[in-house]
Amino acid sequence: MLYAMCFLLFIIGLYCVLVKKNMVKIVLGIVIMEYAVNLFLIMLGYRSGGIAPIVGQDEYTSGLVDASFIQASVDPLPQALVLTAIVISLGSLALMISICIRTYERYGTFDITQIRRLKG
Amino acid sequence: MKGMTVIVKTISSWVKMLVFLFGIYIILFGHITPGGGFAGGVILACSYVLIMLAFGREYAEENLSLKLASKLDCTGALIFIGIALIGFLYGGFSFFYNFIQQEYLADKDTAFHLISAGTIPLSNIAIGLKVGASLFLVLLLLSAFRLGESPEKEN
Amino acid sequence: MMIPLPLFVAIPLTTSFIVPFFGQKTKGIATLLANIATTCLLVLSIYVLITGQTGIYQLGKWSIPIGINLVLDGLSALLLLTISIVSFAAMLFSIQYMEQYTAKPKYLCLFLLMVSGMNGVVLSGDIFNMFVFLEIASIASYALVGFGCEHEELEASFKYMVLGSVASMFILFGIGLVYGITGTLNFAYISKIIQSAGLNNGLYFALGMFIVGFGLKAALVPFHAWLPDAHPSAPAPISAMLSGVLIKALGVYALVRIIFNIFGVSIPIGWILVTLGVLSMVIGVFLAVGQWDFKRLLAYHSISQMGYVVLGVGIGAVVLAQGKDPAWASLAILGGLFHLINHSVFKSLLFLTSGSIELSTGSRQLKQLGGLAEKMPMTRTMCTIASAAIAGIPPFNGFWSKLLIVLAAVKAGFYGLAAVTVLVSLVTLISFLKVQRYVFLGDLPEKLSHVKESKGSMAWSMGILACLCIVMGLFLLWGPLRDQILTPAVQVLVQNLYSSDIISMQ
Repeated sequence: MLYAMCFLLFIIGLYCVLVKKNMVKIVLGIVIMEYAVNLFLIMLGYRSGGIAPIVGQDEYTSGLVDASFIQASVDPLPQALVLTAIVISLGSLALMISICIRTYERYGTFDITQIRRLKG
Repeated sequence: MKGMTVIVKTISSWVKMLVFLFGIYIILFGHITPGGGFAGGVILACSYVLIMLAFGREYAEENLSLKLASKLDCTGALIFIGIALIGFLYGGFSFFYNFIQQEYLADKDTAFHLISAGTIPLSNIAIGLKVGASLFLVLLLLSAFRLGESPEKEN
Repeated sequence: MMIPLPLFVAIPLTTSFIVPFFGQKTKGIATLLANIATTCLLVLSIYVLITGQTGIYQLGKWSIPIGINLVLDGLSALLLLTISIVSFAAMLFSIQYMEQYTAKPKYLCLFLLMVSGMNGVVLSGDIFNMFVFLEIASIASYALVGFGCEHEELEASFKYMVLGSVASMFILFGIGLVYGITGTLNFAYISKIIQSAGLNNGLYFALGMFIVGFGLKAALVPFHAWLPDAHPSAPAPISAMLSGVLIKALGVYALVRIIFNIFGVSIPIGWILVTLGVLSMVIGVFLAVGQWDFKRLLAYHSISQMGYVVLGVGIGAVVLAQGKDPAWASLAILGGLFHLINHSVFKSLLFLTSGSIELSTGSRQLKQLGGLAEKMPMTRTMCTIASAAIAGIPPFNGFWSKLLIVLAAVKAGFYGLAAVTVLVSLVTLISFLKVQRYVFLGDLPEKLSHVKESKGSMAWSMGILACLCIVMGLFLLWGPLRDQILTPAVQVLVQNLYSSDIISMQ
């Protein structure tokens, strides 16, 4: 059920990319899609009643790390995937914004219906 | 627009040092507590961006120039790849092999201390340097475009 | 001697971070370092293909499925060779061509990042690792398309970037779904779980996401809208790289690997591939005939030729799924993969000749050119060789791969598809005759009376690719060369022993 809400957010972002005419709003649509996918990845690792998969020094020395700890903690692998995806989307967003700024300088407008020199 | 009011300038010139120190703490303890290279690098860049917001762009550029930030960026990446390639020397041609942990520290019980886990803190430092320098560079170059002013360099 | 696989990724990555240290005055050293890197990659990939090395490489000595591994098999080796050849030629061409731009060290850094990203996609054995390298190559190519910062280049780069990011988000969503259902990220383990448990609704949805995402990257119709704007606006060596290897390594290779080796072929998937292939072929070539901009015409032809590759692979998938004789499936896939490497060579040669013409005359519009046959004889010869290869004239390499696809279509019973293939080939010939007549024959306008032939590194790079066109056509389909280079790639897809080989090798 919650996964369907993530997909709904993804579709809202896709709608924003397809329909809006301002370049900055299209970039925001891509950002919303990235948020939706990151949220979906994090929710994959959730276990109900789970604890954080961090081992502190007291637990390590007193030997509490065993199979029940592993089964009770949430899955840490999607968290690593999401960290990587956030870094990638940061780089991509920086490039998109700089191209928007440069295009504004050349054409004088952010409206994509007026930025149409390439035809055919 | 030459920066903000006197109150903001004074406070931010004190706070920037605390932010920088916090960023270094997050990087160095990245193998024990959550955080690590990327998060610490972003905090390091934030301390320079605080200066840029409070004092104006030209002052921040004198503080850490474009060329120096670009060179630090490449140096961080080269240190990271160098650490990965040194693993080749330790038999078996293994890229990214944690040679310090497996060869020198394997029999010592150094869990949860600062100097433990082999090459991971070194990689964290390299990534923190690279991310901090490149985020600062990106924000400095993006702020070069103002209405009616021509930019000096492309990205 | 076994070559460690991370070298294919580490060599261009290290060089791309050393190059920005050199500024405008010392850019000769930067260019020399970049050319040394691409030459090393070419030598290593030829060595790997000659010795027939296959295997896996576990990073950091962590065993799979806990660690990340790199996999080299026949298909990866074939694509590594293609990437190395085209990047070597493009780097050699850009020694002289990129002098007109101001920031050459940054161009070299981005180019080498793109090459290392593509090598990583081809070698990766882990689905998320493939996504990370795909993003590295894509973001580097977005920046390279808009490199000149003129009006049209920025518009094309923005369009390319928006569609490319949407594609990457679809792919990441699909990866999340696959991880949620199977619980592992390694290609071999996912394949084993799917073979034992079968496909359920969630995996069909993930497959749909992958087809949309990788189809956008490979510019198949109806996802092709970015390609006619992005490829002409880029500088000529980057157009050659984009059209020659990027849409193949990121789009077609990933799609083929996921469909054949991980999800397993079935009849609906095979028919989807055939439909995408036929649509791309037909729509691409009919839109290409009416173009008056040289590079835009070549970009539309890229869409059409990608349709050939996907059609060949799709016919192979349908024949395999129907359970008929796998020899005909092997023939179809051989035609598709052979056309993939042929297209890399002759399309990049065409883009490099268009770059040479643009550098000498300053224009790309067919109506403003004319009569360049006396002034630029060497460029004319290269362009004629490449046009004959793409139109399918014997004995150049394009003819043999198109013949294989037509034969496989006829033998599998798809007579209509074979007829459409031959018709598209005829229309390709018509459009390239148009190019030859308008660019090289006819009268020379007075504005162009001062043009000179291109010399030096540009001539060498075009010459190497033209020789490859002829050599591949004459020698590659017989005997030992075919068994060494092409047959392992086909066997990887047809026999589908990927998961059992990898798990037994660790």
